[in-house]
Amino acid sequence: MIGYLLRSLVLALLVCLTVLVISFTLSHIGGNLAINLAGPDASAESIAKLQHELGLDRPLPVQFLDWANRAAHGDLGDSFLFHEKVSHLIATHVPMTFTLGIVAIAIALAVALPLGILAALHEGDGIDMAIGLVALAGQALPSFWLGLMLIIWFGVDLGWLPISGVDDWTGYILPAFVLAFVAIPAVLRLTRSGMVDAIRSDYVRTARAKGLSRASIVLKHAFRNAAMPVVAVAAVQLGFILGGSVVVEVVFNIRGVGYLGWESIQKGDFPVVQAVVLLFAVIFVVLTLLADLLGAALDPRLRAR
Amino acid sequence: MTAVLEIEDLSVQFGAQAAVRGISLTVRRGETHCLVGESGCGKSVSALSVMGLLPRGARPNAARIMFGDTDLCRLSERRLARLRGDRMAMIFQEPMTSLNPAYTVGSQMTEVLRRHRGTSRGEAAARAAAMLERVGVSAPEMRLGQFPHQLSGGLRQRVMIAMALLCEPELLIADEPTTALDVTVQAQILRLLAALQRELGLAVLLITHDLGIVARTAHLVSVMYAGEIVEQATVAELFAAPTHPYTRGLLASIPVPGKVRRGERLGSIPGIVPTIDHTFSGCAFRDRCAQAINSCAAPVPVREMSNEHRYRCRLDPAWSGQNRCGLVTAKAGSSSRPP
Amino acid sequence: MRRHRASLWTGAVIVGFTALVAIFAPLLTPHDPFAQNLAQRFLPPVWLPGGSAAHLLGTDQIGRDYLSRLILGARISMMIGTTTILMAGTIGTTLGVLGGYFGGPVDRVVMFVVSCRLAIPLILVALTVVALIGSSLAVVMLTLGLLLWERFAVVSRATTRQVCGLDYVAAAWAAGCSRSWIILREVLPNIVNHLIVIATIDMAIAILLEAALSFLGLGVPPPLPSWGLMIAEAKDYMFFKPWVIEIPGLALLVLVLGINLLGDGLRDALGAQADR
Repeated sequence: MIGYLLRSLVLALLVCLTVLVISFTLSHIGGNLAINLAGPDASAESIAKLQHELGLDRPLPVQFLDWANRAAHGDLGDSFLFHEKVSHLIATHVPMTFTLGIVAIAIALAVALPLGILAALHEGDGIDMAIGLVALAGQALPSFWLGLMLIIWFGVDLGWLPISGVDDWTGYILPAFVLAFVAIPAVLRLTRSGMVDAIRSDYVRTARAKGLSRASIVLKHAFRNAAMPVVAVAAVQLGFILGGSVVVEVVFNIRGVGYLGWESIQKGDFPVVQAVVLLFAVIFVVLTLLADLLGAALDPRLRAR
Repeated sequence: MTAVLEIEDLSVQFGAQAAVRGISLTVRRGETHCLVGESGCGKSVSALSVMGLLPRGARPNAARIMFGDTDLCRLSERRLARLRGDRMAMIFQEPMTSLNPAYTVGSQMTEVLRRHRGTSRGEAAARAAAMLERVGVSAPEMRLGQFPHQLSGGLRQRVMIAMALLCEPELLIADEPTTALDVTVQAQILRLLAALQRELGLAVLLITHDLGIVARTAHLVSVMYAGEIVEQATVAELFAAPTHPYTRGLLASIPVPGKVRRGERLGSIPGIVPTIDHTFSGCAFRDRCAQAINSCAAPVPVREMSNEHRYRCRLDPAWSGQNRCGLVTAKAGSSSRPP
Repeated sequence: MRRHRASLWTGAVIVGFTALVAIFAPLLTPHDPFAQNLAQRFLPPVWLPGGSAAHLLGTDQIGRDYLSRLILGARISMMIGTTTILMAGTIGTTLGVLGGYFGGPVDRVVMFVVSCRLAIPLILVALTVVALIGSSLAVVMLTLGLLLWERFAVVSRATTRQVCGLDYVAAAWAAGCSRSWIILREVLPNIVNHLIVIATIDMAIAILLEAALSFLGLGVPPPLPSWGLMIAEAKDYMFFKPWVIEIPGLALLVLVLGINLLGDGLRDALGAQADR
């Protein structure tokens, strides 16, 4: 078990490193940062001077090592745009995105799990098909469009919910709902198929033979087994939700990390972009590891390993 | 001898296919009734019908299924569920998969008591441990805390038996309980079941394809073929005077050490079990039977040889001239029909 | 089974129809999608008051005919979808088959590459690439094609491993067939079914992703009428004239739903049950 954990950790680190190298290379070879900063009227000398000041004229590997060295000490560089430490920028923007992500996955589970169970209990008939269609439709919705439509309906026409920014907890509802749609189809499908298998299993037949209540059979016996892979998938889906939070944050004007990333890309503030990409990669990798651990923890058969 | 279970004219259909076609049998208190037949003959389906555990798509109907004074056919699913695990219990063939891998043995056992008797957790655990001991499981308290995957097949089947008997049911249905187990363990489990039957006065409906088990455990036997019971008798009668050609064929297929001479062919019944749909009529065995004639395609009468011995065939009880000794060796090149 | 037949045909009809529209777009547009007419801005669709038959779906904020833009947008979406699955399919399948066939260190490398790809936040990286190179249809197609291959890789790897475990492959090897022959003649035909299903899933994702990129301003550049871009352009007016975002959004929804239905139907028709 420990060996497996260590190996996974090492792999995870390597993945993060690779992603880091990729994003570093991307942001340093494309375009010319100094030109962006100096402005359209700057002369060639001032551009060159700026380049030298920022250390952009050194060979790429040297720049990378320098960056990595500083990053190891917690210094992710300075934002060109905001004139503050990148690490500080990220730290202030992360909480919002995280909260959004957690609320979104909670909504997704609250919707997908019961629907998946229901679909499995009605396997093959009208309800199952209807739920399947809803899941497919949810998968086909462009998230930004859904966000805009919800803003129109709930924010303006009905005036129930705020449509921009996050002044209090109600501001999270609409964007989290939109984000939840990313995860709902996968979780629903997995729950449904897991429940279908569980319902047909021998141990559920035994539970029925013991005369247990329907609730006990469906929830205690069937769902417990069907839920094992679902939890793991939910963790990974959270990773996808966070990675795709840009769009929703932009639509709802929420100043999270995704929004920060988008702004920085537009303005060419590449130290920030690099850090944001790395952040999401690290989060994803951590969540995948967590998913593995959760999967093992829930299945008594695997715990012995 | 009181009848605990009386099935009258049970049929089960799966879509167009008729899996069970009008069977009737009785299980009495303290006795074992074996339902024997080859794979696909409908014996498991019959057992599941009694408990109301058929899968989706199955359409059962019966004249009556009397469990004590209650007609199970008339019961709602709710009321039937109350009986299951309490007054009637069932154990299955595959102990490896019949227990929930996510919960401990103790949790799965105690939930039966808590459901049907409202027992407290502690009391239920104590009773579960006691029952485990009774079925021959060593260190019962430790076992309660273990997960199914930590137990061997034989142990798991003992747990299943213990679990089924916790509420002291009147009827136990056992669907091939030893098929998936090692031969040595098989014998132990069968002995255990026999002992429990004596102690508790259990009525047991035992499903099996193994005539050896029938000989060892049964009081009454029903031989099933293609959804019908083709012969029904006490165990002594069945082995002494098997009358239906299928029964004879089955018995002749058992190689007996010492009786089969070297170089002789083993008995077998040519052909395969037919799939029956609801339009079928007549004897299902006629394509494989050496005595078949045209009139076998018409509905076949049930004939009685004695009070408890019935068979479904047009042939006269004395048809072979050889009523005694069901074990017949086969002649080379022929089907296993006695001359 | 009937359910999946219905999926298959509904999806096929939707996708086929859109494909035809995409192919014959220039012939179908009633007006020039790029022709501005400031005197006729914001005409509502024909079913709302003030609408006219000359512009069935109305006009946008600078007077361009909406229907024509929608039709051309269909072409853009279909082009994005098809090029992406061709590129991503080739990359992913090659990686997956190689990993699945050779196993061992090759397989480990392939899986590592897939893990890295999964860890990358798609939208951000795609946005970055487009920002660096400049936004154009070609750049978007290239970026998506180079990024969306992971499903192909995972599924083709799993299926290749399964196929390689089968007896007739061992028999072919024993009979002296070369590796490439085995891959081409034994492995590939067996994974085609799965790849087709994955292709539909990926196509849907590509179309939605391009719409998101264009919406954010770093996708297909104006004045090209990508549906995502149309929504972005109309965002400022959406409270007063909701149809300007409702229509392209619905178009996206219907097309992607059609692709998903087709994929679902194909999955059951071709028996490729395990893929998602």
